[in-house]
Amino acid sequence: MKFLRDLLDKQKPLFQKGGKLEQFYYAFEAGETFLFSPKHTTGPKGAHIKDAIDLKRMMITVVIAMIPCLLFGIWNVGEQHFLATGQAGTFLEKFGLGAQLVLPIVITAYAAGGLVEAAFAVIRKHPINEGFLVTGMLIPLVVPATLPLWQVALATVFAVVIAKEVFGGTGMNILNVAMTARAFLYFAYPSQISGDQVWTYLGDKAPVEGFSGATALAVAYNTTVSDIGTVEQALAEHNTALGDGMFSFFNMFWGAIPGSIGETSTLFALIGALILVATGVGSWKIIVGVFGGAYGMGLLLNALAVNEFMAMPPHYHLVMGGLAFGAVFMATDPVSAAQTEMGKWIYGILIGVLTVIIRVLNPAYPEGIMLAVLFMNVFAPLVDYYIVQANKKRRLQRATV
Amino acid sequence: MELINLGIKSIFIENMVFAYFLGMCSFLAVSKKVSTAFGLGLAVVFVLTITVPVNWLLNEYVLKEGALTWISADFAATDMTFLRFIMFIAVIAAMVQLVEMVVEKFAPSLYGSLGIFLPLIAVNCAILGSSLFMAQRDYTVAEATVFGFGSGFGFFLAIIALAAIREKLKYSNVPNGLKGLGITMLITGLMGMAFMSFMGISI
Repeated sequence: MKFLRDLLDKQKPLFQKGGKLEQFYYAFEAGETFLFSPKHTTGPKGAHIKDAIDLKRMMITVVIAMIPCLLFGIWNVGEQHFLATGQAGTFLEKFGLGAQLVLPIVITAYAAGGLVEAAFAVIRKHPINEGFLVTGMLIPLVVPATLPLWQVALATVFAVVIAKEVFGGTGMNILNVAMTARAFLYFAYPSQISGDQVWTYLGDKAPVEGFSGATALAVAYNTTVSDIGTVEQALAEHNTALGDGMFSFFNMFWGAIPGSIGETSTLFALIGALILVATGVGSWKIIVGVFGGAYGMGLLLNALAVNEFMAMPPHYHLVMGGLAFGAVFMATDPVSAAQTEMGKWIYGILIGVLTVIIRVLNPAYPEGIMLAVLFMNVFAPLVDYYIVQANKKRRLQRATV
Repeated sequence: MELINLGIKSIFIENMVFAYFLGMCSFLAVSKKVSTAFGLGLAVVFVLTITVPVNWLLNEYVLKEGALTWISADFAATDMTFLRFIMFIAVIAAMVQLVEMVVEKFAPSLYGSLGIFLPLIAVNCAILGSSLFMAQRDYTVAEATVFGFGSGFGFFLAIIALAAIREKLKYSNVPNGLKGLGITMLITGLMGMAFMSFMGISI
């Protein structure tokens, strides 16, 4: 490590005030603080009590929490391919194929996001924020593995510029950046990110007879338009060409089902949640709120039960689609979520409720978590505002002048 | 049940601001503070809830083709729909005057902060728009009332949400060229994207 430190120290004057490459100081600084912990000290004025955790450590914790999902997603992309084409494959073959598809997406998202971030940092003279490390990882996890790379790059650039940089960079945005990227893709190029064909990579191989690439949510929604029995029956009978029980409750919990790369597994999302909550980066109130809200809304719809989808047991909502992944990684985004403790409950519960409403009642979208998170991002400042007002009011009553 | 559905529809699914982009001027201009936006939002809710049913009466008994038959059967062929705009606007302007007087009397500080935008509600396209939608869609009087209230409430929600976001934005570092209206328009677009979650629900 010594030679690295020496190398950096030698270059440093070039980038500092008066140096030749002065305008690239923040690019240099990003590299330096990425490698070594910064030596900043607080001057005579300012807070002298410091936590060991800074923005970089916080962001990297989120990235670490996502790694189980990423690894599982890579395996699952391969698994789905081998299942659909009816081949037998070893674990390594599946993982290798998945890596071939997923890693380019991850690299593209990082490259595109990183370039935009660095360009803005140099032009606007703010330090490079590590938010893009998280965004660049989240975007690949919420898109299907078959997505063209140029769309990944375009969506990343759009989201980083429009949803983050125009507000001043990390920590100042109002919408979740990764969800904005996905929503952009969803509305701009719907045929590459929705439907039954995009979730499983087939390559040039023919699928086995009777194969259907539909996701569990699409199958469940189908029960409302065609008469194929209850949702549980429809799920059990679906894709029997690939073997029984693909959409059984436990398989959906485990996650070996078609879907976006990282969101299929509820189990691995919960492992991520454990890391986030244990390190204090994510709020357990939001996560519990989302799950609780979705379950409660599921129960309420059960009571109405106009069609089969409404009558579906509410715990199925928790393992289908991206609800778990969204609850753990998207809703807990500390920037765009509600900031007050009470607000976090309201915010989380409403996300869960809205997700189920969009899933069940809105024929336009099979999955609701993306738009539910964006919708509540929009209302989070308002929720906070009224909670703070209520707090003030309560405390003013206590005050005696 | 039908009425509740219509209410939900006019608040969320066919939100005046995000689905039709009506009422933009006051939406963008009076959303700097939540308290002011709250006042304007309430005024819009009030004006809409009154004007849409009143305009309904006007439309039903004066303006529509054959509406005047309650006076005499001679008017069966009279069609005064060409007067719709001017009559609707007159009712709206009168209503806004009333609101303005009430606000000035009981909430002078709000009156001050709303400024020119309070009388400008009279020409707020969301308000005329609601009345015209009502006439076009042949609502009953109950539906018209619910629709008026729902449209107003949708506008109210949108404007206070935007105001809360803009208050939070004080801590952001927005590029100089985008400060003020520029970033507000971008936010409006992003909010519109979030409101897309309800598009397509048919109730």
